[in-house]
Amino acid sequence: MIFNSFKTGVVSALALAASMGMAQAKSDIVVAMQLEPPHLDPTSAAAGAIDSVLYSNVFEGLTRFASDGAVIPGLAESWDISEDGKTYTFHLRNGVKFHDGTAMDAEDVKFSLDRARAEDSANAQKALFKGIEAVEVVDPATVKVTLSAPNGSFLFNMAWGDAVIVAPESIENIKTKPVGTGAFQFSNWVQGDKIDLTKNADYWGTPAKLDKVTFKFISDPTAAFAAVMAQDVDAFAGFPAPENLPQFEADPRFQVLVGSTEGETILAMNNKQPPFDNVKVREAVAHAIDRQAIIDGAMFGYGTPIGTHFAPHNPDYEDLTGLSGYDPELSKKLLAEAGFADGFKTTLKLPPPSYARRGGEIIAAQLRAVGIETEISNLEWAQWLEQAFRGKDFGLTIVSHTEPFDIGIYARPDYYFQYDNPTFQKLMDDLNATTDPAQRSAMLKQAQEIIAKDYVNGYLFELAYPTVANAKIRGLWKDAPTQAADMTAVYWDQ
Amino acid sequence: MLRYFLKRLLSLGLSLVVASVVIFLALEVVPGDPAAYMLGINAQPDTLAALRDELGLNGSVWARYLGWVGGMLTGDFGTSYTYRTPVAEMIGERLWISLPLALYALTLSTLIAFPAGIWAASKRGSVVDVAVMGVTQLGVAIPNFWFAMLMVLVFAINLRWFSAGGFVGWDAGFWLAMKSLTLPAVALALPQASILARVMRSSLLDTLSEDFIRTARAKGLTKRQALWRHALRNALIPVLTIIGLQFSFLLAGAIIIENVFFLPGLGRLVFQSISARDLIVVESVVMLLVLAVIVVNFAVDMAYAAVDPRLRGRR
Repeated sequence: MIFNSFKTGVVSALALAASMGMAQAKSDIVVAMQLEPPHLDPTSAAAGAIDSVLYSNVFEGLTRFASDGAVIPGLAESWDISEDGKTYTFHLRNGVKFHDGTAMDAEDVKFSLDRARAEDSANAQKALFKGIEAVEVVDPATVKVTLSAPNGSFLFNMAWGDAVIVAPESIENIKTKPVGTGAFQFSNWVQGDKIDLTKNADYWGTPAKLDKVTFKFISDPTAAFAAVMAQDVDAFAGFPAPENLPQFEADPRFQVLVGSTEGETILAMNNKQPPFDNVKVREAVAHAIDRQAIIDGAMFGYGTPIGTHFAPHNPDYEDLTGLSGYDPELSKKLLAEAGFADGFKTTLKLPPPSYARRGGEIIAAQLRAVGIETEISNLEWAQWLEQAFRGKDFGLTIVSHTEPFDIGIYARPDYYFQYDNPTFQKLMDDLNATTDPAQRSAMLKQAQEIIAKDYVNGYLFELAYPTVANAKIRGLWKDAPTQAADMTAVYWDQ
Repeated sequence: MLRYFLKRLLSLGLSLVVASVVIFLALEVVPGDPAAYMLGINAQPDTLAALRDELGLNGSVWARYLGWVGGMLTGDFGTSYTYRTPVAEMIGERLWISLPLALYALTLSTLIAFPAGIWAASKRGSVVDVAVMGVTQLGVAIPNFWFAMLMVLVFAINLRWFSAGGFVGWDAGFWLAMKSLTLPAVALALPQASILARVMRSSLLDTLSEDFIRTARAKGLTKRQALWRHALRNALIPVLTIIGLQFSFLLAGAIIIENVFFLPGLGRLVFQSISARDLIVVESVVMLLVLAVIVVNFAVDMAYAAVDPRLRGRR
């Protein structure tokens, strides 16, 4: 008895000493973001907020995006690709467990992929899985995926948040109780307020350094500023008020990371609606736009000018901004050649984000200078999706295409800007069938050139991704190669 | 009295039915498809169809209306399109913030307005009266969200007495929870207090010029005694009406304040649901707020009738 209580005393004294020694190193973090996920199933909604919270933290796929956008092994340790490029054999990691304790094996992979490509699938990126012909379980640690045709971006597709591996046992409640394999597990959600994640002690890989991560949702830019300033939150991923960033930069309590995203912000033109069916008119619009003025005026200087639909940080990016330099005189001349010497009237439909609303005003003024009158209408997202995107009832609209590597949308004539060019479509088909990196690179450059020279849309800038954080936090992602706030490597510097 | 009560009850029921039809139809004609919103710009047509089916968006308008009303009558508010949790549960959770916030603001507003209004009325034309009228004029004019931001700047960012927003939750203890509701409650209360103080003052002044006050004064009561014993109680009727209206307004109208302080209350829920086209949530919350307004009005009507026998006979 005496011995027992002595032992307890020693243990608690040791624990006390340990906790005192650890006192300075904080092991929890409050990260704010603007949008709250509607639910917690990344495989059945487009909402980027779902991935922001869960990607890599809670859910993992066969492959994954590293912080620089490279595709690296995820739950698949390695893979073999058959000679004809149609069969991928994935070798899964050993000892991977879901947060509910069940083992992750080939059956789960098959279930996840089959679910995503099923007839009644609600996957928002179903096209990622389109080429899959069959998924076979070879043994518990090996999965064979057969494609109907070679697909050079298949491994890339499997890294998306929409392709993460889920378990049939927990699928029923995934929308409120997500069960994944990541370094953090879901713990609690106060809807409208916050989501708590806790460390997964059984993680297969490098364990997380934090014990607890709280994601807090603050939609109002002014409130966001106040919350960071008052240090109610430790970090704000995707800070919504660029005008306040210099103030944080000047404050030693904070660090500001301005990274790049996959968001090509474009002035989309309705290529089938007159007068935008005339390439001269589209070229005139492109030359009427002063990109830098828009970046400075609408984004307070944050954003990289682009001349085509491709992310500048991508190694295959080509700088084509010169093709559509700011030249109002040339623009007027082109309009006259197209038969619009006196200009014309069109609509400019703007979704809610500030890049569109603020940028729209500036673009309207720039277009007016060359004789194009725009009738601006501000739309909510749901309205924009219905009118502009699905109804194709617009002349011009501004939107940021945040999906990674999405130049393929130009091969879809039914896509909202309605670009229909068989040469480009053929090129995309060939690209999908090509796996040789050098060849792919050349084809991608060619694709960028085709759409830039056809002036399909007005290419404005690549959206910046600002993160404001406590100066002592390390390991945050600077860039956003996909929508994610990966907390697995984040820690507090003492 | 019973006839009057039944008449009012019937009109309450009719108002609710009309409101439910209006709310449902208004949201029917709003452009925007919840399924398209959820699936975003890369959605395939067959995926959209599958989700619309899953959400039950494919039935006829009347079938869906009857389903919604029928569900509400049995306490089933349906399931949110986006959150996929029962709407009743969501509203219940949010009410735990919105209701205390509204009550807190109302209490503050009453505590400020009563003394200010009475004081101003009792010293009509004095410096005090002019000051109260001036300050309340300002209070009515200043938008509450602007005042809220100002308070955040001073009390959260500079003085660090309060956090800039958010709600700690009732689990954190009553006082901490109340503390996190304090700035929003003050911001909400200020314009309401200004309105209420002005109503209090003018109603009291009206009563003070009535014959029965002259009689009371003639009996030998001082001005002060006449005010407290006779005028105040009579002046309260319009003030209570305003308080009733303010309560419904505070419950429903905190949308902007809830956004400024990022509080997960009813207002924020409506705001988010509208942009996500989570129509079932919008419909149910709006219906609930309509119910609150109508019931409060009903209660006020009943209170009048109880106080003032003339009303019972007339209607």
